[in-house]
Amino acid sequence: MITAGVDAGNKFTKVVIIRDGEVISRDQLPSGFDRRQSAFKAFKRALSTAGLNEDDVQKVMATGAGRSEVDFAGGTVTEVGAAARGSIHVIPESRTVIDVGAEEGRALKMDETGKVLNFTISDKCAAGAGSFIEMMSQALEITPEEMGSLSLQAVQTVPMNAQCAVFAESEVISLIHSRVPKADIARSVFNAMAGRISSLVRRVGLNKELAMIGGMAKNPGFVRELEKDLDTKIFLTENPDFVSALGAALIAAEKIS
Amino acid sequence: MIANYGYKDGSGEFFISIDTAKCAQCEAKPCVEACPEKILVIFTDDYDDEVIGVKEEHRKKIKYSCGPCKPITEKRNLSCQKACPSGAIVHSW
Ligand code: SF4
Ligand code: SF4
Repeated sequence: MITAGVDAGNKFTKVVIIRDGEVISRDQLPSGFDRRQSAFKAFKRALSTAGLNEDDVQKVMATGAGRSEVDFAGGTVTEVGAAARGSIHVIPESRTVIDVGAEEGRALKMDETGKVLNFTISDKCAAGAGSFIEMMSQALEITPEEMGSLSLQAVQTVPMNAQCAVFAESEVISLIHSRVPKADIARSVFNAMAGRISSLVRRVGLNKELAMIGGMAKNPGFVRELEKDLDTKIFLTENPDFVSALGAALIAAEKIS
Repeated sequence: MIANYGYKDGSGEFFISIDTAKCAQCEAKPCVEACPEKILVIFTDDYDDEVIGVKEEHRKKIKYSCGPCKPITEKRNLSCQKACPSGAIVHSW
C-alpha cells in the first residue's frame, strides 16, 4: 500500500511517500505565497523520485498550518496528531515529543500507540522557534548551522531576555559591541530559547522518554541547551523535519486499512 | 486528552486547558454558547471525537480575549466554567 503525507508548514512544505510503512521518497520546498502550489510541486517531485504516478498513491493526508490549502489531499490531521504518530514510528520509546519548526514550538505527551494525551501549542513569540535563531545568526553574521557548532565551544552563558525576539536581538547586538565571543553569544541565544521550549514541555509533563523533532532538532547547540535545561537526554532521529509528514502518511495508511 | 491553548510571556502564563475526553461525552456543549466573547469552537479531533477548542485567532491574545470575564477589582465570573457540568475547563491565571 502506498500513501503520502504532506506537511504544509509556514516556511517549508515537506512530503513523504511510504510503501507498507517504509519511506520510499521525501521532498521539501519553501511554502512561499501559494502553499497549494508548493505542496503539489513537492508531491510531484517526491513521486518522480520514487518512480510513481499520482494514481499509484492510495491516499494523501495533509498536516501543518496550511493543511486546509492542500486540496489534493484526501483528509487532514492536526500538527500534534501527525507529530505524535510519526514520532512513535521512528522513536518507539518516546512518550513526550518536542516539535520546534521555523515558526512555532509545541510539546505533546502520548501513549505507546502514538495517541496524544496532552499537548501545548501556540507559543506567542518567535523567540521559541527556528526563525528566531535565523534572525540571531544574521546578527552574528554566520549561518544557523555554524551557530549550532560554534555554541558547543562556548565557555560561558550570558542570561538573556527571551520573552521577545526584538529585545533579544538588541541584546545580541550589545553583546557583539561588548566583544563577547560569538560562541558565548550563540550558546546564550540557544539557552534563552531552550528556556521557553522547556516551559511548554513542563506544561504537558516531562518524562525521561523525551524525543525532539522539527528542523531545530538538527541543531546540536540548541539540543544541548535543552537537555541541560530539562536535565535529561533527548532522543533524536534522522530527518527530524520530515517526521510530521511521515506521521500523516502513516495515518493515511491506517484510514485505508 | 488535555489540550492547552495559550502562551507564556513576560507578564505570566495564560493557558486554557480543556479535558477533551469529557467534551467528547458532552452532547450539548453549553460552554460554547455561554462564552460571551465567542472564544470556544466545536470541532472533530484526530480521533473522530467532537470536542471543543480555543479559536485560532484568540490563542495568542487569550489574556485579553478573556479579560471581560476577569476584572481585577470584582469577583471573577467565568461563564465557560459555570456552564460546564464536568469541570473540563481550567484557566491557568
Ligand atoms: S461544557 Fe464542559 S464538557 Fe461540555 S464541551 Fe464544554 S468544556 Fe467540554
Ligand atoms: S473566561 Fe469568559 S471569555 Fe474566556 S473562555 Fe471563559 S467565558 Fe469565554
